[in-house]
Amino acid sequence: MPQTPTPPTDVGRYAYDAVDRTFLKQRVEQFRDQVQRRISGALSEDEFKPLRLMNGLYLQLHAYMLRVAIPYGILSAGQMRTLAYIARRYDRDYGHFTTRQNIQFNWIKLEDTPDILSILADAEMHAIQTSGNCIRNVTSDQFAGAARDEVLDPRVHAEILRQWSTLHPEFTFLPRKFKIAISGSAQDRVAARFHDIGLLARKGDNGRAVFEVYVGGGLGRTPVIGVKLRNDLPEEDLIAYLEAVLRVYNAYGRRDNIYKARIKILVQALGLDAFRDEVNAEFMAMDRSRYRLQPEVVEAIRARFASPVFEDASTASAQLAEQIKADPDFASWVGTNTHPHQQDGYCSVTISCKPAGGIPGDVTSAQMDLLANLADQYSFGELRITHLQNVVLGHVRKDGLLALWQVLTANGLGTANVGMITDIIACPGLDYCALANARSIPIAQKLSQRFSSAALQHEIGALRLNISGCINACGHHHAGHIGILGVDKRGEEAFQITLGGNAGEDASIGQIIGSAMSEDETVDAIARIVDTYLVQRKPGERFIETCRRLGAAPFKDAAYATA
Amino acid sequence: MPLLENAQIIEDSWTLVPDDQPLPDGDILVPLSRLAEGLGRNGTGRLGVVLKADERVDALREALPRLDLVSLSFSIFRDGRAFTQARSLREHLHFAGAVRVTGHFLPDQYEFLLRCGVTQFVIPEQSDLAVWKKAHELVTLAYQPSVLNERQEGFAFRRFLSP
Repeated sequence: MPQTPTPPTDVGRYAYDAVDRTFLKQRVEQFRDQVQRRISGALSEDEFKPLRLMNGLYLQLHAYMLRVAIPYGILSAGQMRTLAYIARRYDRDYGHFTTRQNIQFNWIKLEDTPDILSILADAEMHAIQTSGNCIRNVTSDQFAGAARDEVLDPRVHAEILRQWSTLHPEFTFLPRKFKIAISGSAQDRVAARFHDIGLLARKGDNGRAVFEVYVGGGLGRTPVIGVKLRNDLPEEDLIAYLEAVLRVYNAYGRRDNIYKARIKILVQALGLDAFRDEVNAEFMAMDRSRYRLQPEVVEAIRARFASPVFEDASTASAQLAEQIKADPDFASWVGTNTHPHQQDGYCSVTISCKPAGGIPGDVTSAQMDLLANLADQYSFGELRITHLQNVVLGHVRKDGLLALWQVLTANGLGTANVGMITDIIACPGLDYCALANARSIPIAQKLSQRFSSAALQHEIGALRLNISGCINACGHHHAGHIGILGVDKRGEEAFQITLGGNAGEDASIGQIIGSAMSEDETVDAIARIVDTYLVQRKPGERFIETCRRLGAAPFKDAAYATA
Repeated sequence: MPLLENAQIIEDSWTLVPDDQPLPDGDILVPLSRLAEGLGRNGTGRLGVVLKADERVDALREALPRLDLVSLSFSIFRDGRAFTQARSLREHLHFAGAVRVTGHFLPDQYEFLLRCGVTQFVIPEQSDLAVWKKAHELVTLAYQPSVLNERQEGFAFRRFLSP
């Protein structure tokens, strides 16, 4: 019988009820059983591997790594405290936010994982499908439900997709992993065109959501910009249509070569029209009533989300304006680290996890606890993790910014560099990862140090610098205005530079400009590339625009100039 | 090898006929390439078809009403094409006979296969049935529709799995 669910209390995220909690507990027990069967030998390592991966457990260079999902990036303050507890109790006192709205714990013991998953389940969290050849954690806009330019809050549909994809009976042993991102703003902040499926939501004539569907995007060895599959997918067909896409992929995606197994390769092999024909044939043939997403289903999910209750903040903007005038450092931080909010007197705040010389995305348990407290105090107890490896407080009163900034600054979290050259994306690299060719972290730290001057960064302006430790591109180097790719050059770590990538509506893939260099040579080369931009740019021109106007040649000359 | 159906080990009455052997009497399983021959057989007994992972279920569309069994296979448990084949047989072609899986699959995939419409499981000799039973019983909820049309629970696509 349907139970009367407890009313949701957490802002911005789906609140579990008793049924959802039962499911998670069962899943934990299932994994506990799998771990025991592995230890007893009933499961071979080969058989256990996909099962542990589907619970987010990797075997890395030095230890197991547990990747916990942060669905559509939203965490409650309580959940953040749970993550801090896990970092403190089971890891080395820190965690690492990834480029897909997950957190990774790098030093986990296999035998501890069932207990960790149980603690996560108590906080309505899990590590389900953060790895493996299945539908991964669904990502969304870090400013969802807050951004002034938003047309539709994508989190309700992201939650529907999370539920639908959870232990999907048909799509859990796909040819390869499958990543979905969803945005409800014309400004693409989710890299929709670099996902297996990217969904851009808008409001339709009937008031229900309509989706633009992009397919076949991705980075990795073969970077591809996704292509538009549908322009006007009605909400009620969202699940049916995704079932159709996944079914075509599961049936015909390549399984003979893991480097050619992603859906992008299938789309390229068939051609977009033929692929679309296959999807449409499947869509027409299936029992659509079974998969129809009724408005009442959407509303039932929506009812599990609590919304912030805004106060009158009509004087907040004026007060902020005064404070900005009085303190240039604060003004600089407000300029880079805040984002316009739908509600007058409020804004969203991006807290940079990239201090000068720091490790991008790494946060200590003490910082996690602090962030949780600040969320309680300033943002309705809600936090967001961004795919750029930062943390967002979604709904902050503008007259609270100064006090917030002071606390952040005192705790190493006040760096004013969001969207700037030191807001670096970096994968864990060879310090942790079994796949990496080179370490991403030390070069990220050197670059962060090199460009740490606030004045210099301000002069340079918007510049996305992304670093991957290998060709698998977890650091999204192809999508960086400047990308760095770690390679193995005759047994030595070396780095190639790419230029011209971008992840937004005008997505482009960065191109390699020349042969690999050592870490220090690469840092110097990037400094010369940036100098070239500063000399060559037209007034108001961002780095990516100068890059597109001039092409790679002058930058390449600068990079390899050894005066 | 033991044949699991409805949580029981049952007698397997089916004979797999290799490519080069004449079709015997009785319940026989033939490769897709011998489907026409099987349909034209004069002998007694039921007919089933072995469908490889790269063969389209559509190839059975005309013949399905005269088939009692479709056998799917896993060359390795990671190759999930059989899930889609089973589901297509049930959902698109409304096949009401038995759907069997053979080859390398895990108890951990049992529930998924059931939900895709598989009814018969050829499992390894000396399999511990308790492991399969547990795999079925550990999780009692699901979050998406399946061909089993399970009973809905509360809101959204949530449903109870059959015991």
